[in-house]
Amino acid sequence: MMDSAFITVLIAMLGGAIRVSTPFMFVALGECLTEKSGRINLGLEGNLVLGAMVAYAISFHTGNPWIGVLAAGGSGLILGALHGYICKLPKVNDIAVGIAIMSFGTGVAFFFGKPYIQPSAPRLDAIHLGDWTGNSALAQALQVNPLFFVGIILAVAMSWAFANTRWGLIVRMTGDSAASARAMGVSVDWVRFLATAAGGFLAGVGGAFLSLYYPGSWNQGLSSGQGLMAVALVIFARWDPIRCIWAALLFGAAGAIGPSLQSVGISQGYYFFNAAPYILTLFIMIASARSKGAAREVPGELSITK
Amino acid sequence: MNAAAPILATGRAPSLKAVGMTKIFGPLVALDDVSIDIPAGSFHALLGENGAGKSTLVKSIMGFYSADKGQVLLDGKEVSIRSPRDARAHGIGMVYQQFTLVPCLTAAENLVISRADAPAVMDWKKEKKALDAFMEQMPFRVPLDAQVSSLSAGEKQKLEILKLLYLDQRFMILDEPTSVLTPGEADEMLGLLGDMAARKEITVLMISHKFREVKAFCDGFTVLRRGRFTGSGDAQSATIAEMSQMMIGDTELRERATRRVHNENREVLELAGLFAEDVDGANVIEAVNLKVNAGEIVGIAGVSGNGQSALVEALAGQRPLSDGAIRIHGQNFFPRRAAFDKFKVFGLPEEPLKNATAPKMSVAENIAFRGFDKPPVARFGWWMSPGPMRKKAEELIARYRVKTTSPDAPIETLSGGNVQRAVLARELSGDVDVLIVANPCFGLDFASVSEIRSQIMEQRNRGAAVLLVSEDLDEILELSDRVAVMSGGTITYVSKIEDTDRNTIGQHMAGH
Ligand SMILES: Nc1ncnc2c1ncn2[C@@H]1O[C@H](COP(=O)(O)OP(=O)(O)OP(=O)(O)O)[C@@H](O)[C@H]1O
Ligand SMILES: [Mg+2]
Repeated sequence: MMDSAFITVLIAMLGGAIRVSTPFMFVALGECLTEKSGRINLGLEGNLVLGAMVAYAISFHTGNPWIGVLAAGGSGLILGALHGYICKLPKVNDIAVGIAIMSFGTGVAFFFGKPYIQPSAPRLDAIHLGDWTGNSALAQALQVNPLFFVGIILAVAMSWAFANTRWGLIVRMTGDSAASARAMGVSVDWVRFLATAAGGFLAGVGGAFLSLYYPGSWNQGLSSGQGLMAVALVIFARWDPIRCIWAALLFGAAGAIGPSLQSVGISQGYYFFNAAPYILTLFIMIASARSKGAAREVPGELSITK
Repeated sequence: MNAAAPILATGRAPSLKAVGMTKIFGPLVALDDVSIDIPAGSFHALLGENGAGKSTLVKSIMGFYSADKGQVLLDGKEVSIRSPRDARAHGIGMVYQQFTLVPCLTAAENLVISRADAPAVMDWKKEKKALDAFMEQMPFRVPLDAQVSSLSAGEKQKLEILKLLYLDQRFMILDEPTSVLTPGEADEMLGLLGDMAARKEITVLMISHKFREVKAFCDGFTVLRRGRFTGSGDAQSATIAEMSQMMIGDTELRERATRRVHNENREVLELAGLFAEDVDGANVIEAVNLKVNAGEIVGIAGVSGNGQSALVEALAGQRPLSDGAIRIHGQNFFPRRAAFDKFKVFGLPEEPLKNATAPKMSVAENIAFRGFDKPPVARFGWWMSPGPMRKKAEELIARYRVKTTSPDAPIETLSGGNVQRAVLARELSGDVDVLIVANPCFGLDFASVSEIRSQIMEQRNRGAAVLLVSEDLDEILELSDRVAVMSGGTITYVSKIEDTDRNTIGQHMAGH
């Protein structure tokens, strides 16, 4: 009896990790790209919420959720570009601009999102990977949204590109030493502008996942700060795209502890377990910040480390 | 570009002429109508005191600064250089006084990405092969796969120069290229560049404070003083006296302080079994034991990267000790502000702009770092009055001849040598018991060098215990009472100066 309950919890956590982690993945990868170029964009929460709204609205109007995903990315791109542009102006602090963009993005989303709370839009379909197991819990846990795989492929691609392409090296160079980049004739502002815009695009796509797959509707309480949390995940993942994926998965699994315990009838400490991801992140942060290698991996130009 | 054999490219060396260069920083005219003429295939020296405007001149040529007036002619034709990228397109490359390598990239990545035609997708196998072939022809090597942040200063400097050769830049500007190299490495490198210049493959403009190098390798020279052109000529026929006359004008050089004989042998500073680790937990210094007496200078010699900077950091409180103890007058010394004051410990770390100043704060504020919470600057330990602080700063700026536009200028706008003087002014103006100096004359002109060495000698004569860490063996031989050699993170050799010689020390430095 105990055993099967334990397995149920594990399966539920696996499903949770896969489902919940996707938006974290996208926001974290976007933030990772931006921070690698030497700038922090705290506004990605705004991109996420706006992306969710735009995706839902476009999917509703066109009937094709994938167009909605692209549109969400587009809206994120615009917000990111706005951040990038403002930060190019002299004496502007990227953290302050990020907070402004966060409020701005959420505000715009709520303003235009009102009419879409009621109607139902076409959602993204999942790939059923677990049906052959004949175990209904496992089958449900293994319903995976294609975006999950897109995120993983993206992380691998980014990590490869940082080491093996001219663009990757230029982004890292700009993030580590603006003076060297300038001496080499690289336009630091332009690189950061592009990196922030591209990062914004990814965060927008993360938002589309929220409204079009899980939880799968549009309302104002849709995001519970995932956009901000993802920024913390990047630090925790020490600016490595692959580690961003692991961090997102871990965070997703921890988030599923509460609900899955409830599913086997343990409801004591439900709120405590819901806080698990945050407590976990806190502990891992402390542990990883103490590790001696941490300091070396920080991009040298980040305003938090300077 | 042919990455396989760039240095063999037999392109004609270009000639370069800059006419009427003027650059103004706010109230300061850093360059005033300066012209310089460098014929093709020449190895030309640019001389001048600290703050004379040498870096400003070459940075204006490079397009790093936009000159307020003046033009640059390359092979007799006027060219417009608005950015370092334009300069590179014209085959003009420069090694800056501060490193411009990217710390988080490896040496190989730094080289490949600096190429204008760096491929969009790197074929690392092919690039590595080309790089290895390139390295084969070089007089010195740098580990290609090491992250630049883990390289020593000497290795970084070599990599900077390799980068220019790799990029096939035929007009090379070197801003004090040999200051971090051992004399052997410097001679080797300059010899190679000189040969290439003689074959008219490259033209070199080198900023240097070392007359020995100028006499040995250069054919022409140009001198600046306070932003003005004061002379030029043939480096082989001109005498050192003539060149220094052009550099300092008629100012009298301060008499070199001489070593006073005394028979004090109170032990002041004791390093007992010091250990410290790097980020990966490996020991950077191990079991360092050393004693320094009052009125004694102990010089620590060593090739850069053998733990000297870690030792200085540990003594300055910048790096935690994993084991061992520092004792002063037999008492344990923990490097904290209060202890520095109590034991009268002062210091000049290497790269003072990074390690001993707040770059964006003013010169006056930086000079007040040791005393801002004590009278006369502060009352009750917290009420600070800017008046006395400024007065003290003005006095020290005048006494130590710090060249700055005003005491309120951010210290980062000072030339390298003047930052050094400002820090020395702060550290030496009080009552000193223990003095820890690291590469104190790095990048200084000869007048400042003799002045700063005199100051250190004076502190010794007054009875201070001085620990001098230096990569310049001549400096150690000139100043020390005892020499210690550091190699592989520990002290491998200690001797009285009169019982040893350059060769013995050199052998221990090389690890034999
Ligand atoms: N960016 C800047 N802003 C203001 N003043 C500057 C700037 N760069 C240099 N200066 C000033 O211009 C003068 C010339 O400086 P420069 O760096 O050219 O001297 P230098 O001859 O290279 O000296 P050193 O031998 O110490 O390197 C100095 O007084 C310096 O304080
Ligand atoms: Mg200079």
